[in-house]
Amino acid sequence: MEEQELIPHLFRTEYRKITVVLCKLFGIENIEIAEDIASDTFLLASELWGLKGLPQNPAAWLYTVAKNKARDYLRRNNNFNQKIVEQIKLAYSGTEEIEIDLSDRNIVDSQLQMLFAVCHPAIPAEAQVALSLRILCGFGINEIADAFLTNKETINKRLFRAKEKLRIEKVKIEFPGEAEISRRLETVLTTLYLLFNEGYYSSNQDVTLRQDLCLEAMRLTHLLIENKSTNLPFVNALLSLMCFHASRFEARVNNNGETILYQDQDTGLWNQELIHKGEHFLNQASQGNAISKYHIEAGIAYWHTIKADTNEKWESILQLYNQLLLIEYSQIAALNRTYALAKANGKAEAIIEAEKLNLNNNHLYYSLLGELYTEVDNSKAIACFETAFTLAKSTADKVLITKKIQRLQ
Amino acid sequence: MKDFLFVFRNDAQTMTSGSPEEMQALTKRWMDWIGSIAAQNKLTSHGNRLAHGGKVVRPDNIITDGPYTEIKELVGGYSIVKADTLEEAAELAKGCPILTLGGNVEVREISVM
Repeated sequence: MEEQELIPHLFRTEYRKITVVLCKLFGIENIEIAEDIASDTFLLASELWGLKGLPQNPAAWLYTVAKNKARDYLRRNNNFNQKIVEQIKLAYSGTEEIEIDLSDRNIVDSQLQMLFAVCHPAIPAEAQVALSLRILCGFGINEIADAFLTNKETINKRLFRAKEKLRIEKVKIEFPGEAEISRRLETVLTTLYLLFNEGYYSSNQDVTLRQDLCLEAMRLTHLLIENKSTNLPFVNALLSLMCFHASRFEARVNNNGETILYQDQDTGLWNQELIHKGEHFLNQASQGNAISKYHIEAGIAYWHTIKADTNEKWESILQLYNQLLLIEYSQIAALNRTYALAKANGKAEAIIEAEKLNLNNNHLYYSLLGELYTEVDNSKAIACFETAFTLAKSTADKVLITKKIQRLQ
Repeated sequence: MKDFLFVFRNDAQTMTSGSPEEMQALTKRWMDWIGSIAAQNKLTSHGNRLAHGGKVVRPDNIITDGPYTEIKELVGGYSIVKADTLEEAAELAKGCPILTLGGNVEVREISVM
């Protein structure tokens, strides 16, 4: 890899490792110090490597510099020293030299513990996602702002408030106790799912950035699976769901960055390797008796990887949506259920059911109605799509709806 | 929105008969109906089915087996829905598959204590 590519790449992968390890050492209240040391390390790297060329082992070089900077920091700042170093020394059984452990094992442990800290129930969900992107995924402020379709200032404020909250709540960077793990994992999984969806359903035109978000969510979920005490069925179900969705990355966007709807996708572009992975994790998820919403959603996503448009497929999807709605209502589940109902039981029944949903502010609702009325009552279908067009906010959605209307005219 | 209890009653004799295919078809109709209520965000609790055996406790601590299986209107289960009015709640009960099997749905407003 060339130097111009290598530094951003290393920044993504190594910045987050250095930050979490230092933050674990200093405590969450000193998260900015950890971030500053990590940033200074990369600043020095970009200066020196430009002059002298790349070191033999760039990652090891970064670790050494980060360690030295951390030690310097501790030596220079007496205040910080008195308060923190005593605690650190206690934790490290009184040795004089502070050990900064950048071993693979400690990096993984610190990342997992940080994941639990960031996804603390006291932190608002949106802030959890931004914090995860910054600390655990090593995203720059600009990238996070792009991902949320907002500006740097908003993200900086959001991150600042989230870190304040971590301090006020005195959130510890540690594994939750055995009894707590399942409950705490629920918040973690919600955040990882949000992170994934942020990439998968965002109207952002930057396809690479969107895929990165999804891949990061999958990487963090995979960390939970590699760890024995968090390798639980519902974690596997979530990863399975993500794999099935991600298998359609290539097929769902055309060269112009426009969305291609499921029924119009070139199934040859579906990623078979990810589909197999999804099946593997779904099998792992079916150990045990508990069925989470992730199990059901993974089941739905599994059926979507089957190409043949059979009654069995749509009947299964319909029943899974019925079950999902019994666990938790959401507008999107209600809409998708009605689509499956049309496929399984026919349009006549689905139209009656769709009219009952009354989701009058949702453009997807009118798109669904338009879809159901197509070939049943085309003028009504056009009227529905036109309402959908006025309600839709993103350009991508408007383009799709316009195409639907043109096909009917 | 208020909560309303659906009490499902049916002839005990007809409730257990039927081939596996018929039972499967019935399950589908049942799930489609309750799924429809849930899709309207009007389901508070899908409730439960009641097992067949039971006891009735009467005054003077007399306990008898029952309700008897020959009873015509045996309570078989319950669900809780939400609606603005009793009429709207009754409207939701209309598609219940039990109605096609000779049973009925009693709709009662839940008065919170």
